Amino acid sequence: MAGRARAIGMRLAQTVPVLIGVVIISFILTRALPGDPAVYFAGAMADEQSIQQVREALGLDKPLVAQFFLYVGDLAQGDLGRSISTGQPVLTDLAARLPASLELTLSALLLSCLIAIPLGVLAAVRQGSWIDHLCRVLVTAGVSLPTFFTGILLVYIFYYLLGWAPSPLGRLDFIYFEPPRVTGFYLIDSLLAGDLETFGATLRQLTLPTITLALFTLAPIARMTRAAMLQALSSDYIRTARAAGLSRGKILFGYGLRNALLPVVTTLGMVFSFVLGANVLVEKVFAWPGIGSYAVEALVASDYAAVQGFVLAMALLFVTLNLIIDLSYALIDPRIGFDTK
Amino acid sequence: MTETTEVPGRKPDGAWAHLLHVLRENPVTMLSFGMFAFFLLQAFFGALLVPHDPLATNAANALQPPNWTHWFGTDSLGRDVFSRVVVATRLDLTISVLAVAISFVIGSVLGAVAGYWGGWIDALLNRVLDTIMAFPLFVLAMGIVAALGNTIENIIYATALINIPFYARLVRAEVNIRREAGFALAARLSGNSHFRTLAFHIFPNALPPMMVQVSLNMGWAILNAAGLSFIGLGVRPPTPEWGIMVAEGANYIISGHWWVALFPGLWLMLAVFTFNLMGDGLRDIVDPRRRT
Repeated sequence: MAGRARAIGMRLAQTVPVLIGVVIISFILTRALPGDPAVYFAGAMADEQSIQQVREALGLDKPLVAQFFLYVGDLAQGDLGRSISTGQPVLTDLAARLPASLELTLSALLLSCLIAIPLGVLAAVRQGSWIDHLCRVLVTAGVSLPTFFTGILLVYIFYYLLGWAPSPLGRLDFIYFEPPRVTGFYLIDSLLAGDLETFGATLRQLTLPTITLALFTLAPIARMTRAAMLQALSSDYIRTARAAGLSRGKILFGYGLRNALLPVVTTLGMVFSFVLGANVLVEKVFAWPGIGSYAVEALVASDYAAVQGFVLAMALLFVTLNLIIDLSYALIDPRIGFDTK
Repeated sequence: MTETTEVPGRKPDGAWAHLLHVLRENPVTMLSFGMFAFFLLQAFFGALLVPHDPLATNAANALQPPNWTHWFGTDSLGRDVFSRVVVATRLDLTISVLAVAISFVIGSVLGAVAGYWGGWIDALLNRVLDTIMAFPLFVLAMGIVAALGNTIENIIYATALINIPFYARLVRAEVNIRREAGFALAARLSGNSHFRTLAFHIFPNALPPMMVQVSLNMGWAILNAAGLSFIGLGVRPPTPEWGIMVAEGANYIISGHWWVALFPGLWLMLAVFTFNLMGDGLRDIVDPRRRT
């Protein structure tokens, strides 16, 4: 047990240099590139005087190293600057919009795991059958699909042609009221408030963007599940289990899948990188009020404090998610020590 | 682009026979090479072959569904969607080819140096690459373009930068395992400098897996660039480009004008699909064991 605590401590310590690196890159993006950051942060409408004000406020007249420590100091206080388009501190904006993005991302990942893992298992068990071929086609097509295009296609089919889906405008149709905010996830909040009608409406709005994102993430998960399952099924312990006369289900799920899940969990880290990027595009297509569409609006309005805050927030989110994945990995598999990495 | 000549092997005949065998065994790879030629044709001669001027507007002719004069219909300004889709091929391929070329060169140099000499250079490179990979890559590209300025060149630099880690890591691994190999030591003993040994004796061994990576990466680079221009970065409106055309078409899809967004999206998808299939096919040729 002490060994495991040490391993977890080591993993936490490994995060520190990455975090420092992320802050440095984010600083370089904000301050050290050619061009005058004061002009960026003052916005498109600024005149000479307000630019000078911004320059002094940001400490841009100081040397670069001093600027870096100022920047880190601001970050430590949660100060990401103020958005020009909304007039709010960037951190407040991001915090208000993050639940929308997380609700979408997490439900998409859940859906794609629910489809991809059984599909990968079936493809591995019935290698060479039609289901294996279906898996291969889906995997190759899935990585080739531009998310924004799939989203638009789904809107055309399910909203315009069939009329099954509600109009692709945000998290909730305007005839419904937002559920009282507890977690910020409308699905959970509406259930907590006991409002089944709003819950249904939220679910309907959520369906198409979730499917769009899930289609995109399906491919890597299914591919990894199939490969890991094939490897697990050809190993000695499965042969032993077969020889010992265990039932088929016990062998497949108790021994095969449980071992195959470990590499799949690792793949989730890479999938998160893609899904957080794809999120931006899907949110734009469905006018989803998350942090992705916030960043796109900020880009259009040349609102650089907001864009940089978004990039940093996404990086921190991604580092945290990877940390959680690695830690849970250590909890699932007692053999894992982090020194092998 | 002559992927076929990159096949390794002392005996050209053996490699050739292997290539032909793989192509015959795997018609999908053959198809992907055909589709690749199709896209190259459009990129080189598209502007000469298209029936209409891709920029010519005609308000009287706006939002026509596909017909015999306008095969893919017309957009909201009456421009011919078919001509725009074909002409856009050159820009989209140029962006991704340049981006992949830059990351190939920089990644190779960094990876080769780190893999050959190791030590602090290696440690430093690994830290830097880890940091780049700590960002969701598309988001990092957005941040770079926003910081550098909203131009096509910056889209290329941003796409190149986020791809460097993949090449650098691959080359580093390939160079590292051969650093002490017999042929490398022999090359050193016969009087080659470190640089010569690295560049002409060790590095070429990394080329076959690199070609696979290039092909898989090309598809991703196209998706990435199109995604950036979809959210309004890089390419400016009248210029035909697949991502921005899908973005323009998205406004008309809810009113049922499907063709404006469908055809550029389809072309984009086909291009990415072609590169992915080609990458898988090349992997079979280069390394038959890793076939899944």
